[in-house]
Amino acid sequence: MDQNDSSRISHQSAVFADGLALDCGQILPSLTVAYRTYGQLNAAKSNAVLICHALTGDQYVGETHPLTGRGPWWDMVVGPGKPVDTEKYFVICANVLGGCMGTTGPMDARAPGAAPWGTDFPPITIRDMVRAQKKLIDHLGIARLFAVVGGSMGGMQVLEWAATFPQMVFAAVPIATAAYHSAQNIAFNEVGRQAIFADPDFNAGQYYATGRVPSGGLGVARMVAHITYLSEEALSRKFGRKMQGRAAPAQALALFGDMFQVESYLQHQGSTFVRRFDANSYLTITRAMDYYDLAAEHNGDISRAFAGTRTRFCVISFSSDWLFPTRESRAIARALNKAAANVSFVEIESDKGHDAFLLDEPDLRRVLAGFLGGCAQHAGLEPSDA
Amino acid sequence: MTTQDAVRYVAKNMRLDLRLIAEMIEPGSRVLDIGCGDGALIDELTRMRGCDARGLEIDMAEVAQTVARGLPVMHGDADSDLQHYPDRAFDYVVLSRTLQAVEQPREVLRQMLRISERAIVSFPNFGHWQLRLQLLIGGKMPMTSVWARPWYETPNIHPCTISDFFALCEKEGYAVERWLAIDEAGRKSPWRRFSGLANIFGEQALFQLRRV
Repeated sequence: MDQNDSSRISHQSAVFADGLALDCGQILPSLTVAYRTYGQLNAAKSNAVLICHALTGDQYVGETHPLTGRGPWWDMVVGPGKPVDTEKYFVICANVLGGCMGTTGPMDARAPGAAPWGTDFPPITIRDMVRAQKKLIDHLGIARLFAVVGGSMGGMQVLEWAATFPQMVFAAVPIATAAYHSAQNIAFNEVGRQAIFADPDFNAGQYYATGRVPSGGLGVARMVAHITYLSEEALSRKFGRKMQGRAAPAQALALFGDMFQVESYLQHQGSTFVRRFDANSYLTITRAMDYYDLAAEHNGDISRAFAGTRTRFCVISFSSDWLFPTRESRAIARALNKAAANVSFVEIESDKGHDAFLLDEPDLRRVLAGFLGGCAQHAGLEPSDA
Repeated sequence: MTTQDAVRYVAKNMRLDLRLIAEMIEPGSRVLDIGCGDGALIDELTRMRGCDARGLEIDMAEVAQTVARGLPVMHGDADSDLQHYPDRAFDYVVLSRTLQAVEQPREVLRQMLRISERAIVSFPNFGHWQLRLQLLIGGKMPMTSVWARPWYETPNIHPCTISDFFALCEKEGYAVERWLAIDEAGRKSPWRRFSGLANIFGEQALFQLRRV
């Protein structure tokens, strides 16, 4: 397969020549943050909402993707009249540090004219991602974000924003996330990484010059991960034991004969993914998720991360999410209670698994719109009717 | 704005006992309403009294609806979630019509007066004369409009009388700052000076306690 195509698109971005100091102790000599904005920043610059994307998301949250041609990835949540209403709010979404849609990552040249970083790209953390976003927010002249909203790894960034820059976050909405990556989640990530390493085209991470990318390995990584985003109930409902062709399973009893629909679906997920994502980025970002442990950053107590916070929180989980189960969100909410923070916590009933946060869940839309609307009144963005 | 109209509607039609509770709370206070239901009380306290009012609710559908109205509510319950709040996090903690349904009423009260300076508690009075009479004459577990469900499916596992509650407050060392008996609709009963009479004629009781 050819190079990842995203290197051929030009992304809107801000360049920070002073680079970025990372948690690992290394310093990125130069930092580029690719981002998109939607709506208008008001005169007081008080209506900005930062959307944090998940592992394989990107900054194109509210428009057709320039590479895949697919619709906005959070169409249910961001847009005119949507819960994150682009007619009221100035919405910002940046590609994460280590990503492959224009922000500095392993695909980029280590120095002008040099070879790409590849696996030599420094190990990064969720906090490093947030620090990169902070540079962008400063660059845009915004002193305080009205809200920071994100699901999954985006939710980790939301928590990190509220913990690291509390005075800059009026409202925080961590969705389908956790304050640390569990052993099971690390385990699934490791299977994905090993699949990439095992691909002969991986070439120790320096595959950019060969013209061949480790698409087999990256595709398998995506297939494994995709299973964790769904639920058994959703898979059964969608595919059951149905075959691709018309043959009954017994007649298709051949190793390379007809396949189950669920196999075909996963293979499709894998093959479309490798066209838009870079394997080294996948390695870098999954590792950042695995390192994530908010309690460890604050002497073993998550509530210390939020001591004295004035941020208003809305923690949201989904009942069938087994990758970031409700108990993890409840632990976040309880830690926030311990810090006497203003916190709402809702588990939304859904059988769609972790992916529910990206799908059409009316309760998610209602809760998000209501929470942000209430916060907008407290922030003085909307007149209170008291 | 249709959502705000809806909020107004609820506030206007707030249960009378909630209105009595709202009147007991100083403006500008930090309040936790345990079992906040549709959020009528925290909405009233936020909008009309300038309070920082939050809710705790066990019914997830109510939680989602109330958060969707812009009110801060956390899913959880009195028995297992109060322990996660710090000491003196609130000025008032409210537990209305719920004490008799919790697993450990004494522990819940202790937690309430740990995390808050004051506790406002309302509960149905099991000492009401109709209940006494039904048990005495009929020999069966009484059922009234307040105690409306049969013994085998009632969530009210810890019923008590007004006298019982006074005794518990004394045992635990809580100061009873205010108390009154109210009828089912939430109207005040005229038995405020005589707890013995209130214990016979009051359908519900409303107490304001303070940690001593």
